[in-house]
Amino acid sequence: MMMTRERLVQIQNAVADTKLQNAVYSATARLKEKRQEVVEELPEYQELRTHAAALKKHALENLDHYLEQFEANVIAHGGKVVWARDGDEAAGFILDIARQRGVKMVVKSKSMVTEEIHLNQRLEEHGIEAVETDLGEYIQQLAKEPPFHIIAPACHKTRQDIAEIFRKGLNTECGDEPEQQAGLARRVLREKFLEAGIGISGANFLVADSGALLIVENEGNARLCTTAPKIHIAVTGIEKIIPRAQDLAVFLKLLARSATGQLLTVYTSLLGGPRRPGDVDGPEEFYVVLMDNGRSRLLADKEKRESLNCIRCGACLNACPVYRKIGGHNYPWTYSGPIGAIITPQYKGVLQDPWLPFASSLCGACAEVCPVKIDIPKILLDLRRDVVAERTQASSNRLEKWAFQGYSWLMRHPRLYALAGRLGAIGAKLPFATRIGPAAKWGQVREVPMPASESFRAQWRKRKAAK
Amino acid sequence: MPGRVSIFVTCIVDQVFPRVGLAMAEVLERIGYTIDFREQQTCCGQPAFNSGYRAEAAQVAEHFIRTFRDADFVVVPSGSCASMIGHHYFDVFPPESAMHEEAQYLGPRVWELSRFLTEVAKVEDVGAKFEQTVTYHDSCHALRELHIKEAPRRLLRKVRGLTLKEMSVAEECCGFGGTFSIKFPEVSGGMARTKIDSIHGTGASTVVSIDSSCLMQLQGALSRAGSKVRTMHLAEVLASREPQS
Ligand code: SF4
Repeated sequence: MMMTRERLVQIQNAVADTKLQNAVYSATARLKEKRQEVVEELPEYQELRTHAAALKKHALENLDHYLEQFEANVIAHGGKVVWARDGDEAAGFILDIARQRGVKMVVKSKSMVTEEIHLNQRLEEHGIEAVETDLGEYIQQLAKEPPFHIIAPACHKTRQDIAEIFRKGLNTECGDEPEQQAGLARRVLREKFLEAGIGISGANFLVADSGALLIVENEGNARLCTTAPKIHIAVTGIEKIIPRAQDLAVFLKLLARSATGQLLTVYTSLLGGPRRPGDVDGPEEFYVVLMDNGRSRLLADKEKRESLNCIRCGACLNACPVYRKIGGHNYPWTYSGPIGAIITPQYKGVLQDPWLPFASSLCGACAEVCPVKIDIPKILLDLRRDVVAERTQASSNRLEKWAFQGYSWLMRHPRLYALAGRLGAIGAKLPFATRIGPAAKWGQVREVPMPASESFRAQWRKRKAAK
Repeated sequence: MPGRVSIFVTCIVDQVFPRVGLAMAEVLERIGYTIDFREQQTCCGQPAFNSGYRAEAAQVAEHFIRTFRDADFVVVPSGSCASMIGHHYFDVFPPESAMHEEAQYLGPRVWELSRFLTEVAKVEDVGAKFEQTVTYHDSCHALRELHIKEAPRRLLRKVRGLTLKEMSVAEECCGFGGTFSIKFPEVSGGMARTKIDSIHGTGASTVVSIDSSCLMQLQGALSRAGSKVRTMHLAEVLASREPQS
């Protein structure tokens, strides 16, 4: 089914893994319910969504203008903007700086963009240690796994799992209590903050009119990453731009509520450049790496451009019944859940993992919670159309194409449709009928329904005749 | 004032659940409507549309429009098919296409049953009697594309002898999703299990919905789990008059 055997087995295993299912279901349920509570208390919630979507649309339509404005303002504050076409260029820049300054260790705060380009791996290949400092990310790093969820990277782990990961990864005793685990991580990471020569962060928003980047977090680690080391490098996607600082009022009201059900995150940092004379803290050097890595291709597609509206709140993952079953590691790329399902084919090409847009019941729960109103089901449907078009061109879907042509023909010939229906009803009674084709697939997990012995139209005709 | 309504029973009701179509007709007749069943009708085109076959979907959609183009009201026992016609026909027939205007004309004339009863016929009590505890499953397209949440519940509350008990996850998908259910049976089955756990939590004997496809999914999963809970379309409940055994 257009999917590798390996992937299929992994999905089957995930669905059958009760412990994983319980962990993911309850973690996402918590986030989902908290979000629901706080948005219900916000009377202007729907207007805010509309406003946020309009702001994003405007920013994306005028991206070049706002990016230039952003760069000019960053330079004016004494920082530097680095344009990176892809992961090679972004990593190349960071490696150069590290080499020039003799840096052997970097600390990182949460960033999906650096996951996207496998930055840690690239740094380690050059002998530079990269340490994740967000607790969830740190757990995932020790477990040697990519994040499972955009905002809750280790949400699939139980506290017993986490204790085990710490014991193994840090070679030390660790209990099952979350406080104890956080305390242990804090002790280890404090050393790293002091030792690191570079702090690498992502950014939630790039504010064009002030040349600042905004980072939200709950643990204070991003604050340390961006101020303790001598050099701060933010690595982020070009689509994170918003026009004005005042627009933050809209986005900040939506982001934390949608992500964790908080009114605001514990820390909200607006970073505007290197330390100035008289500042008590801050880095000596400040760089913003603006990555394209395929984003301009998405931008060119007007029909699906709104995919770039995403503020990575993760609400669509928590709402998605498919994500909650298959989990974050069964998506082909860094981004999982509904947002992953729509952007992966756009970044990688639709034939890379043609099954992905089809792995949805189109229930629409994602679009309902998306704070920037991305019409995810519509984009999934458009992607399905694109997959079919490309496969038709490559003649790799002949059978399916014939089946749908046959379907269409039959549905335009009501008498033959009725006859086919009756033949089907007889066929369905054959002893092997439920063991072949779609019926067999259906029957794997459900009882197979039997067509009625008399169709509606036949019964209706009789009913009319009797009257 | 009741008059004549066309019914589009949908292909799944025609072939698999004719009793739902008959129940719908009975309810509509009971409140005074005359039923027009057009034998030309087949399918709305959704299977092809959802599978990415737009040209094929457009052909079937065009057949649908030709069948019903002069109907004043088309009542459908399905939120999903009603939404296909009312919303997605515009994806099938974009503004520049020949059928766009026709789709625009017909769209607002197509009514999902519970909506038709409460908003056009303006009745909530259709004289039904059903002495059971039921729980209601919100089907996704009805809920999120047509914003149908209260209409079926209002109708159920007026059924004599019926107790409505909400399940904890009424709004979560049952896992059907058309071809999704056979392309990804494990995931689809897992979603159904989550749903039936919640159904069992209510102690209801019957789960009611306005989409036969969801009910086919849920019934299949309930039977596989050896559950005694049965599924019924809203139309069937509304058509009931006798105490159920
Ligand atoms: S698509 Fe919407 S809901 Fe999903 S992560 Fe992005 S902003 Fe949040």
